Amino acid sequence: MTDNASVSRQICGNFANDKGRLMDILLGVQAQAGCVAPEALDEIAKSLSMSRVEVESAATFYAFFSGAPRGRFVIRLCNDIIDQLHGMDRIVAAFRAELGIEFGQTTPDGLFSLEYTPCIGMSDQAPALLINSTVVTKVSTDMVHEIVQTLRVSKNLEQLKLTLGDGNNSHPLVRSMVNNNLRERGAVVFAPYTPGVALQRALSEQPVELIRIVKASRLRGRGGAGFPTGMKWEFTRAAAGERKFIVCNADEGEPGTFKDRVILTEAPGLMFEGMTIAGYAIGASEGIVYLRGEYAYLLPYLEDVLAKRRAAGLLGRDILGKSGFKFDIRIQLGAGAYVCGEETALLSSCEGKAGNPKTRPPFPAQKGYLDMPTVINNVETHCAAARIVENGPTWFTSMGTKSSSGTKVFSVSGDCSRPGVYEIPFGITVEELLTHVGASDTIAVQVGGASGRMIGPSEFNRPFCFDHLATGGSVMVFGKGRDLLAISHAFMDFFVEESCGYCTPCRAGTRLLQERLGRFLTGQAESADLDYLEKTGKTVKTASRCGLGQTAANPILGTLQSFRPEYERRIKTNGSVFLPSFDPRKAVAVASSIAGRESEQFGTQKGGVKQ
Amino acid sequence: MANKPKLATVSLAGCFGCHMSVLDIDDRILELIELVEFDRSPINDIKEIKGRCAVGIVEGGCCNEENVHVLKHFREHCDVLISTGDCATMGGIPALRNTIPLQECLEEAYLKGPTVYNPRGKLPNDPEIPLLLDKVYPCHEVVKMDYHLPGCPPSADTLWQALVALLTGKPIALPYELIKYD
Repeated sequence: MTDNASVSRQICGNFANDKGRLMDILLGVQAQAGCVAPEALDEIAKSLSMSRVEVESAATFYAFFSGAPRGRFVIRLCNDIIDQLHGMDRIVAAFRAELGIEFGQTTPDGLFSLEYTPCIGMSDQAPALLINSTVVTKVSTDMVHEIVQTLRVSKNLEQLKLTLGDGNNSHPLVRSMVNNNLRERGAVVFAPYTPGVALQRALSEQPVELIRIVKASRLRGRGGAGFPTGMKWEFTRAAAGERKFIVCNADEGEPGTFKDRVILTEAPGLMFEGMTIAGYAIGASEGIVYLRGEYAYLLPYLEDVLAKRRAAGLLGRDILGKSGFKFDIRIQLGAGAYVCGEETALLSSCEGKAGNPKTRPPFPAQKGYLDMPTVINNVETHCAAARIVENGPTWFTSMGTKSSSGTKVFSVSGDCSRPGVYEIPFGITVEELLTHVGASDTIAVQVGGASGRMIGPSEFNRPFCFDHLATGGSVMVFGKGRDLLAISHAFMDFFVEESCGYCTPCRAGTRLLQERLGRFLTGQAESADLDYLEKTGKTVKTASRCGLGQTAANPILGTLQSFRPEYERRIKTNGSVFLPSFDPRKAVAVASSIAGRESEQFGTQKGGVKQ
Repeated sequence: MANKPKLATVSLAGCFGCHMSVLDIDDRILELIELVEFDRSPINDIKEIKGRCAVGIVEGGCCNEENVHVLKHFREHCDVLISTGDCATMGGIPALRNTIPLQECLEEAYLKGPTVYNPRGKLPNDPEIPLLLDKVYPCHEVVKMDYHLPGCPPSADTLWQALVALLTGKPIALPYELIKYD
């Protein structure tokens, strides 16, 4: 066993004892020592001149860090709703049987740990899991057997004979079985790309002209919120600060979203180019890509792309011969926290802290990373910006709708024959998209992930665009026979798990909503519960501190609006004075068995109620 | 006055503090009996509700089967039920046991506690003792409750304002001073 303290001291030294790099230090300790033990926390705090509690608050915030050693192979099974609908239960049973442990436990030989994890961005190839940072997709029970046997004997992940995926997934530095399932390439993100062309064009313009071009293109943020990108750049350029930063949000954690994974696999150069252009436009010389921990398998490949760009003069000093313009990019790896997709939480995480959201205002454009003016855009937005500079704003506005120009990259999963990634101009209706993806008998579509909205057939004629159905890209299709409330309940489970716990409306509210929605699924709901869900949902929506909480009630508020009959048909009216959720026989059962006598009032669970 | 509405009150898993607060309305109790006739209540020691009541005041949550039985009885016989005080509205102090399994609670109280003297080592188990519930329930998790008056206890003025408003059909006036708890 490697000694936690000495490993920690050495890794801190590798990062020049910079407390801003605490995330990388913790990732390093976890990887080398197998856990971040209490001694490691002491040592890190000492090396970085931080208080121990600061280090501990960061270390305990992220799912991928553990205080005690876990198995050599940590198997994280994705328990996203799409995985649940694609036979996750069978995989769960298979792992239990093979390993003889429950989820949350480690085998006695210290080889395997079983855990659940929320969406890992593989919904189009569910069920999926991570073994350390290796992704396994379309898992079958046979594969479970194979994986366990191979690892037990060889103790080596390399020995897993996984078929390699399409495109760059089989690149020597990726070698992953993930498939792109890139079904439709559009003119913006997935069009052929020649490194440096957009950047050359950008450097021939004045920075303010670039901002004008991006504004003229009416490009809006692709992460889902849709803030005008040009305006964001303008604010950041105007803001005072000694240093400025360009951040790329590659932390797509919204259940059912995986388009950034495919962009990172197939068009990372375009994304880096967009960041470099943004750096030139606002006067920044440093960029950070925040890559979700689940996509760590792409890290060596992305680092290689960066190295090649440096060698080609597309990053570094005097870029493309433009004297005085320098820009470089580092990749910050996350460690399993959905809330870090929220921009201010992401910045906290980049700074090496727990991924807690910050209070806005001030917005990142004024005070972002290290309190300096920061542009933070989604992967897809950076790509689009590069293309706009390359081809001009009119080219871009000729696609899509008036409010939403350009294309959108959709991640489609669920009940359809062609799940995957589609780049299509904005304005396509739900109905049309369903035809593209080969979905029939669709009863509901979840637009925008767990925090988005579930719509029914009466709304399928609506177009995807910021004025109608805004989405960061996640489209989950649910066909005939699916229980929509059970699906919403799964989304609430997700929010309960991912709430950071900072503010009460979100921490307590998500739990209350989940519990009350559960009553509808177990036949314990009464009509007053509808009102309760509505009121509590609105409180959570209005009173929560950040975007996570403000959208956490959407699975309920949305279905109450679009699928009210689903709720109403489950309301129980049994004529009893007691609420349907209260069963007096159940409530006295424990005491009855302790006392060894029946309840005077209510009999036993088996017997009838005495009146 | 023959047709005065009836008022019933009860303390379930409470400490009678809310009832003490009712008594704290002092001489206004004389005005109150102009407005209502008391049915079952610890104040007059009537043990069973006799007729239909307009208002039932419930102190305390439900910790045992008898509480549940009484609450059910109140719900069946009262037009309006008011959860009064923190135990009725939230479970209160008795609900502190809710995080501990019942068996452990009983063992701590009757067998293992540092001050326990119980040479026979038995848990009390007379058929007269109502069985405990698995946890303490606030009233609204058992039956429908119409109103909630928070406070530990709600002050006499709060109770007075609420009752008078209800009985006279006027809008309730609960100024900030009556519902702040610091």
